[in-house]
Amino acid sequence: MFPAPSDEVLSVRNLSIGFRTPGGILPAVQDVSFSVRRGETLALVGESGSGKSITSLGILRLTPPAPFCQVRGEVILRTPDGRAHDLLALPEPEMRSLRGDAMAMVFQEPMTSLNPVHTIGEQIAEAVRFHRGLGKRAALGRAAELLELVGIPNPHRRLSNYPHQLSGGMRQRAMIAMALSCEPSLLIADEPTTALDVTIQAQILELLQELQQKTRMAVIFITHNLGVVAEIADRVMVMYAGRVVEQAPVVPLFKAPRMPYTQGLLRSVPRLDWAGRRGEKLAAIPGNVPDALAPPSGCAFAPRCEHHRPGLCDAAVPPLEASGADHDVRCVRWSELLPEAAA
Amino acid sequence: MSALLEVRDLQRWFPVKGGILSGTRDHVKAVDGVSFDVRRGEVLSLVGESGSGKSTIGRTVLRLDTPTGGRIRFDGHDITDLTRAGMRPLRPRMQLVFQDPYASLNPRHTVEQIIAAPLEIHGARMNAAERRRRVEEALALVGLLPQHASRYPHEFSGGQRQRVGIARALITRPDFLIADEPVSALDVSIQAQVVNLLLELREQLGLTILFIAHDLAVVGHISDRIAVLYLGRLVELAETRSLFTRPRHPYTEALLSAAPIPDPTLKRQRIVLQGDIPSPLNPPSGCSFRTRCRYALPACSASRPPLREVAPGHFKACIRDDLVLAADAA
Amino acid sequence: MIPAQNPAAAAAPVLRAAPRRRLRNPALRRFCRHRLAVFGACAVTLLTLLCIAAPPLLPYSDTFIDIRARFTPPGGSSAHLLGTDQLGRDMLSRLLMAGRISLAVGFSAMLISMVIGVCVGLVAGYYRGVLGTVLMRFVDAMLCFPSIFLLLAVSAFIEPSVSSIILLIACTSWMEVARIVEGQIRALRERDFTLAAHAIGAGDARIMFRELLPNAVAPIVVAATLNVAHAILAESYISFLGYGIQPPTPSWGNMLDNAQTYLESAPWLAILPGAMIALAVTSFNFIGDGLRDALDPRMEGR
Ligand SMILES: Nc1ncnc2c1ncn2[C@@H]1O[C@H](COP(=O)(O)OP(=O)(O)O)[C@@H](O)[C@H]1O
Ligand SMILES: Nc1ncnc2c1ncn2[C@@H]1O[C@H](COP(=O)(O)OP(=O)(O)O)[C@@H](O)[C@H]1O
Ligand code: SF4
Ligand code: SF4
Ligand SMILES: [Mg+2]
Ligand SMILES: [Mg+2]
Repeated sequence: MFPAPSDEVLSVRNLSIGFRTPGGILPAVQDVSFSVRRGETLALVGESGSGKSITSLGILRLTPPAPFCQVRGEVILRTPDGRAHDLLALPEPEMRSLRGDAMAMVFQEPMTSLNPVHTIGEQIAEAVRFHRGLGKRAALGRAAELLELVGIPNPHRRLSNYPHQLSGGMRQRAMIAMALSCEPSLLIADEPTTALDVTIQAQILELLQELQQKTRMAVIFITHNLGVVAEIADRVMVMYAGRVVEQAPVVPLFKAPRMPYTQGLLRSVPRLDWAGRRGEKLAAIPGNVPDALAPPSGCAFAPRCEHHRPGLCDAAVPPLEASGADHDVRCVRWSELLPEAAA
Repeated sequence: MSALLEVRDLQRWFPVKGGILSGTRDHVKAVDGVSFDVRRGEVLSLVGESGSGKSTIGRTVLRLDTPTGGRIRFDGHDITDLTRAGMRPLRPRMQLVFQDPYASLNPRHTVEQIIAAPLEIHGARMNAAERRRRVEEALALVGLLPQHASRYPHEFSGGQRQRVGIARALITRPDFLIADEPVSALDVSIQAQVVNLLLELREQLGLTILFIAHDLAVVGHISDRIAVLYLGRLVELAETRSLFTRPRHPYTEALLSAAPIPDPTLKRQRIVLQGDIPSPLNPPSGCSFRTRCRYALPACSASRPPLREVAPGHFKACIRDDLVLAADAA
Repeated sequence: MIPAQNPAAAAAPVLRAAPRRRLRNPALRRFCRHRLAVFGACAVTLLTLLCIAAPPLLPYSDTFIDIRARFTPPGGSSAHLLGTDQLGRDMLSRLLMAGRISLAVGFSAMLISMVIGVCVGLVAGYYRGVLGTVLMRFVDAMLCFPSIFLLLAVSAFIEPSVSSIILLIACTSWMEVARIVEGQIRALRERDFTLAAHAIGAGDARIMFRELLPNAVAPIVVAATLNVAHAILAESYISFLGYGIQPPTPSWGNMLDNAQTYLESAPWLAILPGAMIALAVTSFNFIGDGLRDALDPRMEGR
């Protein structure tokens, strides 16, 4: 079924981001298109350097300024009042009022995104006052509510804590509280649990899911952990060397991946429930991620791909083809390889 | 099978300054009474959350740090009180692989200098050609090419650097290897390569490995036995299969339950531990897990549960034997 | 598309006209982008070469007294390009001979102070503990004492000679270096590669000199250049005040001292050595700045 446009919170079309480096233009993100609906969690997966963070920074227009970094494409954000904002064309002041209000971001390392010289309370209240024009006391009250919402015990006492006085998990909760302060329609979480221990990761994932159910916000969740993806995603977008290589709802993606890279990735992670296969070789993907400044001529995955066909795969960059309902794949041989993937 | 490494009641306390006025010194009890054996030829894993004392155990066991208490025996020799000079003859036999492939290689040295350093230090008298041959041999062992020898670490990817670190550890042909989170900093597709490499090397060289990690899936894949650490103490120690199919300590159960499994159709009843790990400065009395344990009884705070054998080869430190814990990773 | 253009080239039209030959060494490339540093390097090289090679080629030696040509202003005589002093000695010749002394004092004092500073910093940073604390407290105490007073006080007591001046300057200028090295070593010894060296059984000397020191080279080299500038300036001070290099051996400092009496009648006697000091000192400072950028890879994307 085609989604009703009003349901779509964010729609990204042909987003490309290039950095100017001494070695030439570095295409960090190329021709990325996707959309996220209300209440949906889109997971962005890929190895480090595949362009996940830069994609999200591009959406928020937080990439370095123009001569060093060029952003092209179209990013449309629909706010609950029914308006559509063309983010890449918006003047900076309007953009600023959207950031932290209609869309918010949570980072991997909360310590670097929280200001160490201000208390948690001040920082959350600041965001609320800026976007909602509340008075100081009302803003602090709201901050305490938010801390309670994200499960921080003794919220009123915690308001006067400095970031370094909180544990890693608590800081991440505080970051989430700050991001949620204005009930954003879109939350971008960039590896929010990567720096945390598994038991704390489980808490944060649970919290995010709970909050999403309450607020029906759209979430873009960036991670490289496939286990986490399976846990929280509705839809998954796999990136490799700056391009989307596969996009599908979570179950088909895990059960019937079509891009050889996705298949390799899924086979290479050991699983807890593999007790019988201990000591066996893992099906590792050979080789390394290509140099972003000198990518292979055709399919970027070709040098590591077991199905690579010379002359076919390296002729041109394969297009992102629809391979079924809501399942896109960037591989020239996907249809030939189908039976094998199903087996 | 005899033990290559025996650790008894190992303690490592770090003094921290108390308040300005209080003269007493507090201690971070990073490792507080840990005992285990590593048998010849086995892979024993230490798992636990960050700050549970895994790296401290690794460093202390290699005597890169001095224990506050306890004994360490390596291949029958008591190495607890050896000086640095006294340890030197043993160093070629016990080696370390680090977590961070960026920080653990000297950026100013070529790969050859890095890998050959142990040979120089241990006075292996050899000419340049012989040295070069040994370096190339070590490079080949870890799947790198001879021409890589003259490059600098920054010219390599994370996975390749980790291979260089492993080559350095292997050039003296050690029998014991401590791998401190060797794959944690690597990308998923590269992790599998390094796990495979370690498995291969173990096979090929008959290595005994103490594998330190926090990812239970990786640990489960590579180890013969697993020791679970919480706040500087062992809470459970068992054969891998036994630990995964029938965990006996509530903390292990929670860890297994929290580890995400890459299967969206698997609907699990999650046990989500509440709260944070307590500060190692003043851990809870009695069982240190009791503040987060859902099976805690008043008796749990009375005294510290000892590590007991509850089934053949299966040890746990918990007073409750009536629990049947979820083994949802069966 | 983003124009593939080097920002340095945009700022320097002269460079753009030349065929773009990329320097392979990135540090050298960064240094060359720093135009003042390149100027400094050229000036210092030229000055050093002139001081070493030129005096024998000049028509008059620095000690030749041409009593009829006293107080010739610069350009006033084709024989004395930069004029003469109150005794009719050729200024150019004297400036270059003085340059030999001043530069030699600068370089030698720098070398000695670097050796002291690096060793103290290395030991203090590596051993921390009591030894490190004592050493660094000593460094702090030395730093608190205004070095110029120390220089003057001591130089008033000793027999001034080139070597004693060198030693004196070196002894009052190693502390900054020690501080820098100590800070670097203290950070480096916490890095995993130091632990890795311990794990393979490396001794202290090997760790200090083979593992740690090479990683601290960049700030040491920068400190060394700035140290030369400092030493030249210090020599000028004490010679200017009469406690330094003693006439007839010329140095830029004692030439200035000598010029005081004739400030109004023969200003070039002061201006010329002053300009040499300024040129040398600023050149070394520029080189230091350039090296700081050049040796820091963070100054470039990759
Ligand atoms: N400021 C920058 N200048 C140049 N290149 C950059 C910059 N930031 C990121 N990149 C490059 O962009 C690519 C994508 O990076 P990123 O989005 O951070 O990857 P990840 O998927 O790990 O989040 C990488 O190749 C990286 O080197
Ligand atoms: N040199 C040290 N000084 C003081 N405390 C330390 C030191 N090294 C480790 N610790 C403390 O000891 C505990 C265990 O640390 P570590 O062994 O690194 O844990 P892990 O490797 O399991 O993450 C932590 O609480 C840590 O803060
Ligand atoms: S296009 Fe070719 S090389 Fe690329 S993934 Fe498909 S089969 Fe492999
Ligand atoms: S001793 Fe008590 S608190 Fe500790 S793990 Fe067992 S049941 Fe839980
Ligand atoms: Mg990222
Ligand atoms: Mg550790």
